[in-house]
Amino acid sequence: MKDVISEIKKDYIHQLGKQQKRIDGRKFDEIRPIEIETGMIGTAEGSARVKLGKTVVMVGVKLGVGEPYPDAAGEGVLTTSAELNPLAAPEFDAGPPREDAIELARVTDRGIRESKAIDLEKLCIVEGEKVWVVYLDINVLDYDGNLYDASTLGALAALTVAKVPASTLGDGQEDFTLPINHYPVACTAVKFGKIIVIDPTLDEENISDARLTVTTDENGDIRAMQKGIGGSFTIPEVKEVIRLSQQTGKYIRENVINQV
Amino acid sequence: MDIGILVLGISSPHTSHHIPKKEMIIMGTKPEGLTLIDPAGKRLDGRQFNELRPIKIDVGVVNRADGSAYIEWGGNKILAAVYGPREVHPRYLQDSTRAIVQCKYNMAAFSVSDRKRPGPDRRSTEISKVISEVFEYVIFTELYPRTTIDIYIEVLEADAGTRCAGLTVASVALADAGIPMIDLVPSCSGGKIDGQVVVDLFKEEDNYGEADLPIAMIPRTGEVLLMQMDGHLTVDEFDEALGLVTESCNTIYELQKDALKSKYSGLVTDNGQESDRGQDLESESTAQPETEPEDDDPI
Repeated sequence: MKDVISEIKKDYIHQLGKQQKRIDGRKFDEIRPIEIETGMIGTAEGSARVKLGKTVVMVGVKLGVGEPYPDAAGEGVLTTSAELNPLAAPEFDAGPPREDAIELARVTDRGIRESKAIDLEKLCIVEGEKVWVVYLDINVLDYDGNLYDASTLGALAALTVAKVPASTLGDGQEDFTLPINHYPVACTAVKFGKIIVIDPTLDEENISDARLTVTTDENGDIRAMQKGIGGSFTIPEVKEVIRLSQQTGKYIRENVINQV
Repeated sequence: MDIGILVLGISSPHTSHHIPKKEMIIMGTKPEGLTLIDPAGKRLDGRQFNELRPIKIDVGVVNRADGSAYIEWGGNKILAAVYGPREVHPRYLQDSTRAIVQCKYNMAAFSVSDRKRPGPDRRSTEISKVISEVFEYVIFTELYPRTTIDIYIEVLEADAGTRCAGLTVASVALADAGIPMIDLVPSCSGGKIDGQVVVDLFKEEDNYGEADLPIAMIPRTGEVLLMQMDGHLTVDEFDEALGLVTESCNTIYELQKDALKSKYSGLVTDNGQESDRGQDLESESTAQPETEPEDDDPI
């Protein structure tokens, strides 16, 4: 997802970093303003639009009836896809999802799945035969860096408002709210030079050497991780990113998720 | 059962959920007893025959694009962005005498009631092609040889008439990108429901009506740039539909101009410098469509 960036801008961001400053005036451990809107797509069972600074991600939840996995006969199925819409940025191509889109979908999926955010057992209709399939579709509409955190937040918001259309089964059941038990929050940090910042803008992503996403739950426990781009983190740096993720997770849960 | 049916007042929920979904979207398989026009001459959503659904256009909503616009047209929610003129990939597509125009119409997976598999299908490929051809005509492509002008139309929620709404909003996005064109292109569909010629069919009318006639034109010159039709119209009915669509295109043309003016008028300050008044894809409360939108018209 890297784009070209001028040497002058690159130097400027590095120089600012040495003075403990960022190009948009944030602190290293400060995230951009978040706006979440839910339920705007009438055709989706759940939907959310998340603005993280200038990054905009729309997530739609659709529910369908399908077969369970053989090794989880009594559980619903979650499938996540992401599209880096060519509409959103000049570097996104049309066509089948590229590696970047697949990585984005899989990292988002892991955060939701491993934290057991959705109570999949409640999505069983007939054990071993029929279960609800939750389709989570992530659509990037404007790109200014850090799709990972925006997507996880959008996914959670869309899932939280989603309704399972159980009345369509015709066996007397009523529609119910998708059972959400946990609220995982992803936090992405990038490293350029010796500096680590969270919630990078596109400019910061473009000059970064390494990226690390850590998804934590309400207890501050780690539920998913992904190191990205070339470059490396030292063990103390990894621990620092985990701490920043816990701190950000707590902040977002208290100030964003509780408000929605 | 599908909410669309319940809204229409068919009172057989016990049998109706066995109707396979596919069957319900084929034009002409109207459930018995369903009337699309009430005795007072109003349509299911309360409109007159020649009345458009509410339309709202915002300009400049995608930061990274050269031009962009967002439209809410009844239950349709569509985003369009323009990139270019820019380099052509792959290079063999480039034309040394003019710019090529490549439109990609795409529906989000969650934009229809049965999840759509992501990626292009035959329908969206055809729509992309006919819309590309419309803009190839209006853009002064000879000014930008060896380049491409890429137009992306993303349907976020569909409620019939998405190609018309998509074309309408893409035209505004092209103007926002500063691409020189003959004119803006408004687009609207005509059609026939319960034997009556109407404009701007919404989902149920599209599904159970007798004809659908999407048209795009330049109102100033009267040139027709897009015309498709499926269903059954007599020549007289066609003439009547064409008249109604022409009127509607005039209305939409004004809305397109107003949207551009609301972004650009006042942008230049007294000292001639542009003020920094960026617009964002703002959340605005939209009335939920009265019916459950489904897959778009299966032309």
